[in-house]
Amino acid sequence: MSKVKVMIICGFGLGSSMVLKMTLDDVLKEENIDVETFCSDSYVGTGEQYDIVFTSQELVYLFENNPQPTVVISNFLSKDEIRNKGLEPLREVIENHGK
Amino acid sequence: MLTDYLTSEMIELQVEVNNWEEAVRAGGALLVASGKVEERYVDAMVNAVNELGPYMVLAPGLALAHSRPEDGVKEVCMSIINLATPVEFGSQENDPVYVIISFGGVDHESHIGMLQELARFLLDEENQKFLREATSASEMLNAFNK
Repeated sequence: MSKVKVMIICGFGLGSSMVLKMTLDDVLKEENIDVETFCSDSYVGTGEQYDIVFTSQELVYLFENNPQPTVVISNFLSKDEIRNKGLEPLREVIENHGK
Repeated sequence: MLTDYLTSEMIELQVEVNNWEEAVRAGGALLVASGKVEERYVDAMVNAVNELGPYMVLAPGLALAHSRPEDGVKEVCMSIINLATPVEFGSQENDPVYVIISFGGVDHESHIGMLQELARFLLDEENQKFLREATSASEMLNAFNK
């Protein structure tokens, strides 16, 4: 079965989202969660295939009509915030993946 | 190594600015002075905040200013400034901003190592505080080299 795809979005997909991806990857490793994480930008990202998206408050509106869950992170360097807001929806997505 | 990019010429401390745009321009000016970006890249960094909002303020007090490779980047580069008086970017959660890290990438990959090292450094909150308060470029370079 393919891995759950976690998309991380920032304006250009090459700065802020990279930093968030690194913090998130750290958390995933610590939690032993095996998923695919990738960065995209606010233009391309809306057309990508993904299962759950992580982004900032400013860009949430891009995804508000999508059925997949959106996790809003305000401190891209906080593993605690990512754990608190992200792990529950992520585990739910993994649980339902492929069903 | 982060210090391959962040040399003492790419650091300016306790900079006096009046608003976020001046702050972004001050960080961008170091990139321009190094010859690694064109002047229009600095305008593009400012426009990015205007168009996309303050999402570049990615942690409390810290902004990562950048734009696209095609906006005039010649070589991968990074600068760091801290401010004598912090400025507001309009970020609900992360204002006011004390530290502006500016970077330019030439594509979507070649700057990843540099950002990874930066993120590794910044994940320690003590280091974020250190960048806010630093008054000496050489102390900062030593901290990056640890």
